[in-house]
Amino acid sequence: MIGKYSIENVDCANCAAKMEEGIKKLEGVNDARVNFLTQKLIIDTDRDDLKELQKEILKVCRKIDDEVEINF
Amino acid sequence: MTKKQKSSFYKIVICGILLTGSFFLDRLFFLRLAVLIPAYFVIGFDVLKKSFRNICKGQIFDENFLMVIATFGAFVIGEYNEAVFVMLFYRVGELFEGIAVGKSRKSISDLMKICPEYANVECNGEIRTVDPESLVLGDIIVVKSGEKIPVDGIVIEGESNLDTANLTGESVPRFVTVGDSVISGCINNGGVLRIKVEKEFANSTVSKILEMVENASAKKSASENFITKFARFYTPIVVFVAVFLAIVPSLFMGNRQEWLERALIFLVVSCPCALVISVPLSFFCGIGKASKSGVLIKGSNYIEVLSKCDTMVFDKTGTLTKGFFEVSDVVSEEYSKEELLRIVAHGEKFSNHPVAASVCRAYKGEYDAEVCDVREIAGKGIKFLYDGVECIIGNSALLAENGVHISVEIYDGTVLYVARENQYVGCVVVEDSIKENIEFELKALRKFGITTQIMLSGDNRTVAERVGKKLGFDEVKGELLPSDKMSALENILEKTRKTVAYVGDGVNDAPVLRRADVGIAMGAMGSDAAIEAADIVLMDDRIEKIPFAVGLAKKTMGIVKQNIVFALGIKFAVMLFSLLGFSNMWLAVFADVGVAVVAILNAMRLLKTKQ
Repeated sequence: MIGKYSIENVDCANCAAKMEEGIKKLEGVNDARVNFLTQKLIIDTDRDDLKELQKEILKVCRKIDDEVEINF
Repeated sequence: MTKKQKSSFYKIVICGILLTGSFFLDRLFFLRLAVLIPAYFVIGFDVLKKSFRNICKGQIFDENFLMVIATFGAFVIGEYNEAVFVMLFYRVGELFEGIAVGKSRKSISDLMKICPEYANVECNGEIRTVDPESLVLGDIIVVKSGEKIPVDGIVIEGESNLDTANLTGESVPRFVTVGDSVISGCINNGGVLRIKVEKEFANSTVSKILEMVENASAKKSASENFITKFARFYTPIVVFVAVFLAIVPSLFMGNRQEWLERALIFLVVSCPCALVISVPLSFFCGIGKASKSGVLIKGSNYIEVLSKCDTMVFDKTGTLTKGFFEVSDVVSEEYSKEELLRIVAHGEKFSNHPVAASVCRAYKGEYDAEVCDVREIAGKGIKFLYDGVECIIGNSALLAENGVHISVEIYDGTVLYVARENQYVGCVVVEDSIKENIEFELKALRKFGITTQIMLSGDNRTVAERVGKKLGFDEVKGELLPSDKMSALENILEKTRKTVAYVGDGVNDAPVLRRADVGIAMGAMGSDAAIEAADIVLMDDRIEKIPFAVGLAKKTMGIVKQNIVFALGIKFAVMLFSLLGFSNMWLAVFADVGVAVVAILNAMRLLKTKQ
């Protein structure tokens, strides 16, 4: 499944790159993009437990910047 | 400015006043500290807070932490003014960066404001306003003057001028009337249109375009990948060097404070943000500008490829030529041009062949003569009685079969010979005419470095060669079946070993478009196949968009290179100077945030590119 969400309050381009790295390392995530400019998060995943995955993604992003909001 | 930006603006002002005040207290050490410490906390509190929280979470090396270490270090070595100033300058730079990014974000989202917000659907004689996504096939919608067409459809009532500038970048309006297909995203500038929905919202042109533009950033170019990889190694290495500088040299050479200051400069310069933002932003601006002008680019990697491209292969029909036949000449000694056309049009009006249609378009008079006994001879022509006299219209073979001697020889285009009572009376020449300005634009492409131009065509060799010669192509290949085009392109790719672009209409050459290093589809408005297959999509079929796209790609790559060289150059220069003892903290902060701001402003130049 490919999901596209808007992601807000990402402070800098480097933080976005770090979040992208972090999300990619999550289990069941094939690919991820955090676009700093369009403020979009795109994930490609095989996981069925989306709610759980979303929690994990938010946790990863908040670890880098705790003001991040993702509109799942 | 956002709320966050406003609050940092006030903090900057307060800190600036306190810092200026402290200069007058040069001799009163404690009083000066009493001013500078609050000033530091006003400006640095957010950074301290963030850094502290991130350390608690195990994220140590971020820019906040680096700034905290650098400024604390400055306090320790007694450079109080510098400590506050560095933090202040950092926040000013951050604010500028935020504003600049916000501005470019906004100007690009403005470009893409093609998405319709609502639709007026007709239901039991009433008109209701609904979400475009809820429309289904066959619904009747009403689009009033000034409204956007919500989904692709066909006009069933009314006529109007459509503003297609949002999609194609062209300001000339398009006239539509009953029976014409209309495309979502266009603005109705004239009367009320009733439209039957032909495609649901998700499959309409607007959705396809928005999807493409949003996904464009997913295909990263080599320079973007380089920068992200570079950033991953750059920061730890520079931080390591800073630690090394703080400890090792002073063990041998003494002068501990001096080396500590140099180490702090390294810490400030170690942030990779200027680099990480400037390259993707340049591509983003390039793609945004192109979309605004009706050129959709599917990824920043294609900008890179297009800028390096030096060989361009063109399909003939529909790309270089208009794709439909037009009467180019009428030759007759016995009749006037109008009279001969009249005879031919009367015979051809029963045929649905494209050549026949072109003759009927050219003939402006009435169909008032008596025509009977029409016989179509497949692939050759027709015979009929025109006012009771037998006429034959067709190719030379058909006339020869009937014993007619043709007294002229014409090689251009497709020729319809006319015989009356088995006597040759004249001929009509029909051609797929070349689009305007092609020669000029091909020359412009040569100036942009596309030095090898090749034409492929399915037409017969003589026609293809004549068109190719007229337009100055380096190589022409005719009589190609769609599968031959593929092998012809593969030959070119193998032979040249250069970067090859293929330009086609995307309808029957989709595999070739995919195979080329970069596939460019023309006239794609409303054609899903072309949008799918090509890497670069021209919304209309104006050839001048190609030199524009190549020029924009080159300019984008130029700005990307400038930004990389500038950002890295300044950082390395500051590091080198600080090793030699010529640099200071202020310069280091400029190398960090100042460079980022300059790089962003440089990237935004792309939005002002002229067509």
